[in-house]
Amino acid sequence: MLRRLEVAAIALAALIAAGVVALLGHTIVGLACLGGALVLGLGAERFVARRFYAWGYAEREDDLLVRRGLLFSRLSVVPYGRMQFIDVTAGPLERSFRLATVRMHTAAAASDARIPGLDREEAARLRDRLAEVGEAQAAGL
Amino acid sequence: MSEAEGWRRLHPLSPIVRGGRATIAVATLLLLSLAGGGRTSGLIPDLAIAGIIFAFGFVSWLVTRWRIDGDDLRIESGLLRRQSLRFPLSQVQAIDIVRPGLARVFGVAELRLRTGGSSGATARLAYLAAQEAEPLRARLLALAEGARTHEGKPAPEVAIEERVLTTVPTGRLIASILISDVGLFAEAVIAGLILVAVLSPNAAVAVAGGSAVPIFSVLTLVWRRFNQEYRLSLAEAPDGLRLRSGLIALSAETIRPGRVQAVRMVEPLLWRALGWCRLEVDLAGKQRSKGEGQAERRPLRTVLPVGSRALAEELLERIVPDRPRRQSPPPQRVLLKSPLRYRMLAWGRSETCVATTSGRIRRVTAWVPLEKVQSLRRVQGPFQRRLRLATVHVDTAGRSVHAAIRDRDTAEADRALTELSDLARAARRKKGR
Repeated sequence: MLRRLEVAAIALAALIAAGVVALLGHTIVGLACLGGALVLGLGAERFVARRFYAWGYAEREDDLLVRRGLLFSRLSVVPYGRMQFIDVTAGPLERSFRLATVRMHTAAAASDARIPGLDREEAARLRDRLAEVGEAQAAGL
Repeated sequence: MSEAEGWRRLHPLSPIVRGGRATIAVATLLLLSLAGGGRTSGLIPDLAIAGIIFAFGFVSWLVTRWRIDGDDLRIESGLLRRQSLRFPLSQVQAIDIVRPGLARVFGVAELRLRTGGSSGATARLAYLAAQEAEPLRARLLALAEGARTHEGKPAPEVAIEERVLTTVPTGRLIASILISDVGLFAEAVIAGLILVAVLSPNAAVAVAGGSAVPIFSVLTLVWRRFNQEYRLSLAEAPDGLRLRSGLIALSAETIRPGRVQAVRMVEPLLWRALGWCRLEVDLAGKQRSKGEGQAERRPLRTVLPVGSRALAEELLERIVPDRPRRQSPPPQRVLLKSPLRYRMLAWGRSETCVATTSGRIRRVTAWVPLEKVQSLRRVQGPFQRRLRLATVHVDTAGRSVHAAIRDRDTAEADRALTELSDLARAARRKKGR
């Protein structure tokens, strides 16, 4: 969701820049820039949108599934019992849209369970729930 | 236990040994300046510095004391910043005896106690008299055992009998290092230098001077490996596998069975021709305390530096019992994606363990006990999708052994993912009970 906005903003800026160039009189160059910016922006927007729809997570009884990526698709299975701690972060841009990123850490550095762009309430709920089940199922190393 | 109650000090020579290289440097400096002939004026600052260092060492020895207090080991140290360490023996994972070169000269040894967990706190008793260290270790272990089983009273001192499983012959170790990747690289560097020297002696000096640092580091690498693995012997003791090795710095370590996160067997190209392999064990926790040697910092422990496959299989049987008997190869179309890896790839699983084989030039086989699995990941790149392939990564807490079921048919990968996560859960449950 967030990335989508970012891309849209960049495309818009490019459009405006192209428009300015066009207004300054280099009509042909300006129009070409305008068209290029439009096509690229739309393409990037489509790509990011599809990537956005590829993100997903599911809370199962004993583990959390996190799916991501389109070109490189990844599916992580993280058992609640293996969870060591949970991060909830929100950058300035995320904060301005009332979003947050939840990240689960296990003892393995390679475990990759990050869920970005959650609603703040949903992020808090997920964090509390994960902490709760993690506690109940915790297993030692 | 009256004799255990009192506070005791470390060996009086410990500050000297602790100083390590600094001590040697100071001693040589002193000797040199003494030999330089009675210019006392130049000698005074040297002497003063040496005296101050010595005084500091002496004070730190004076204020450091330890005692066994019930189920705890207590160590107090520090003059200005007083530190009191209470080390519950029931948490002890392993007690190691380490003897660096200088310590051997003075006949002292260091006792190192480790606890589990990723924070991996370590208590060090540096140094004790060598003959005192072994009985103390046995006693601490017995106390730890007693504390663990809640018997209240500590168990009587037991002579821990151990059975030596393997010792690596020195000749074979040298040969194996010579044809290993590090060894070959060092040889190439030396050969190159000799070649340059023969062709133009003047250039050789410049080259050697310019590349002294890399050459030195490569040689250090080779040396370190040789030193660490010299006469490495593996013994089976009641509390785990006992590992002893070292040419100059002796180290002894005990690997508890539960600490092993993963095991891997490495077979480099040239070793395969001789039927040799190397067995390494990945241990939990990142013990990065100050003052620990290089060998202790690495999470990977070499259990068998070089040996035949049959021997490796025998050791594996002790480290990971009930491992998968056979591994199945990937579908043939993998040849298109990773032609070098294709011949190596395979994986197999039993009820409690998963095995994967991979590698391009050297073959690396990894075994992960399912109760140690942290998470599972199925990854599919664009090229893999075209070929309907997927990779399942098995993540463990150890960071050096990487187990991945590479390039399997999509359906098989999905099946493996669900099967393994179910089996891993069952294994965790069984262990938790």
